Amino acid sequence: MTKPAGSSFKGWLYGSGVAVLCVWVLLPIGLIGLGAFGGRPAVYQWPKTLMPASLSLDQLAVFLKIDGVWNAALNSVLAASMTMVMALLLGAPAGYALARFSFRGATMFRLMILLTRAFPLAILALPLTVLFIRAGLYDTAFGVSLVHTALALPFAAMITASLFAGIPRELEEAAWVFGCTRWQAFVKVVLPLALPGMAAAAIFAFVISWNEVFAASVLTVQQRTLTAYLLTVLSESPLHYRFAGGFILIVPSVVFIFAVRRYLFALWGVTSR
Amino acid sequence: MAAITIEGVSKRFGAAMALEQLDLTVADGEFVALLGPSGCGKTTLLRIIAGLETRSSGRVLIGDRDVSDLPPAQRGLAMVFQNYAVFPHLTVFENVAFGLRMQKRDEATIDRQVKRAADLLQIGPYLDRYPAKLSGGQRQRVAVARALAVEPAVLLMDEPLSNLDALLRLEMRAELKSVLKEAGTTTLYVTHDQTEAMGLADRIAVMHKGVIEQIDEPTRIYSKPSSLFVGGFVGSPPMNFLNLVASGGSLACDGFSMPLTHQGPVLLGFRGEDVALVEASRGVGFEVKVIEPMGSHLLLTGVVNGERIRVVAPPQADIARGMTIGLQLDAARVVVMDTQTGKAL
Repeated sequence: MTKPAGSSFKGWLYGSGVAVLCVWVLLPIGLIGLGAFGGRPAVYQWPKTLMPASLSLDQLAVFLKIDGVWNAALNSVLAASMTMVMALLLGAPAGYALARFSFRGATMFRLMILLTRAFPLAILALPLTVLFIRAGLYDTAFGVSLVHTALALPFAAMITASLFAGIPRELEEAAWVFGCTRWQAFVKVVLPLALPGMAAAAIFAFVISWNEVFAASVLTVQQRTLTAYLLTVLSESPLHYRFAGGFILIVPSVVFIFAVRRYLFALWGVTSR
Repeated sequence: MAAITIEGVSKRFGAAMALEQLDLTVADGEFVALLGPSGCGKTTLLRIIAGLETRSSGRVLIGDRDVSDLPPAQRGLAMVFQNYAVFPHLTVFENVAFGLRMQKRDEATIDRQVKRAADLLQIGPYLDRYPAKLSGGQRQRVAVARALAVEPAVLLMDEPLSNLDALLRLEMRAELKSVLKEAGTTTLYVTHDQTEAMGLADRIAVMHKGVIEQIDEPTRIYSKPSSLFVGGFVGSPPMNFLNLVASGGSLACDGFSMPLTHQGPVLLGFRGEDVALVEASRGVGFEVKVIEPMGSHLLLTGVVNGERIRVVAPPQADIARGMTIGLQLDAARVVVMDTQTGKAL
């Protein structure tokens, strides 16, 4: 039982890399949780403990009673739902085209889809605001969802493309031969097989919209989404209330992303099962 | 039931010619196998007939109907795919019923036709299962049952047995033949496996580089190949060819002669089992290099006039490596081909 030195060093490096990443992601979440449930003493206590001295839901309850939180949450849900629907309705056809047809510039198209994410939203903020005011979209959940759709669309297209590519072409061809039109074959054969993945893509789009704060802050005044609302309201609040707000924001995204992680891995070409 | 008629169908992929002015008729109720090496265009032809591939020119008729520009759904055919293409999200019953449901048949008809197809393919016990719970052979049966359930005018099969293991393939081959004979469906069957083609087909169309080299009954394809390619592709071992020169109205080499009007270099083709083994002095001299006992026969590899030849000998024949024996050819069982064109004379 002797391992070559090289491989054990590699293993150690790998292990510590994983550990650093885990701490990187989990530590802030842990601290927020600590503040949200432990109240003021847990926030200012040093050294930190793993569990707060006294657990209470007071902060969360107080936070939920803040004026306008429910309205903001409703706006968030509205914007995220519309983003989800639009991103999928527009992204899935693009994904299907990428998966099934070989057309001139397909690789370029794929690259351009991802490049849209490289465009800084800050540059667009002012022109978008002006445009939205003129179009009557300013300060509406729909307006916010339009911008969020633009953000979620690349992912929706890429995820659905990898989904459709994973469904054998012959299944569709068999459906055509046995009497289906292209559309019928898609609905009867491709869609049922892609459905779990499509749900994942939808949830991912929802989370992108739910988490987004910059565009939502710039494009709304009264009808703020939860993130944008918290940013303005909580900047004045005591620290443990901010933690409570942050916790409420984080939980849905973490749960959702955890639920659909398998499909997100597939997006980046990591096979998992 | 209906015949398939293919008139001058061509297919180009860019500059490459996949099919060249191809004509083929499959009679009503006939079973024709498209046989050829991979890349010969046989699957492309099948997909053009099915409407899954576009053609560059020509016409496809099913019965009297020109289906060239119809989508696959309206061509009135069924197809069995190489990887079965059984729908994983539907039960076996729903898979078999798929085509019938698309035709909007009533429940009673669907139930009856599905049961009958399932009985024919012996998948009755699995009708409630999902394909993931079936073996490869069972999925294959589902795919065939799905095709037969719609009682298609024409059945297309694309290497349906190639994904099965050897024993199962043999079993399915015999079964497929009896099932299709019973159904009487016009069938076009693509394969690269010559034993499948020989065993199943009424006629075999041997394809090579986008053209049909020869179309005939299996026995004639085997014994009277029309070209060098067919002779070399069909049969195991392939046909032997000797380079000879014909002159003065006959073709002769030591120990063999036959009348031939053609003048000049020709190829004399003969099957390994069509020769009689005699003393060296009485036939074409054959020097034995390798002896392979195959159980039912001995496969001898050796040289005649410096050319490699394979012949078949009875299992008990008293032959040793290095011996020279005589081959007696039967003039009725040889083919003569033009050396230049590779076509039979």
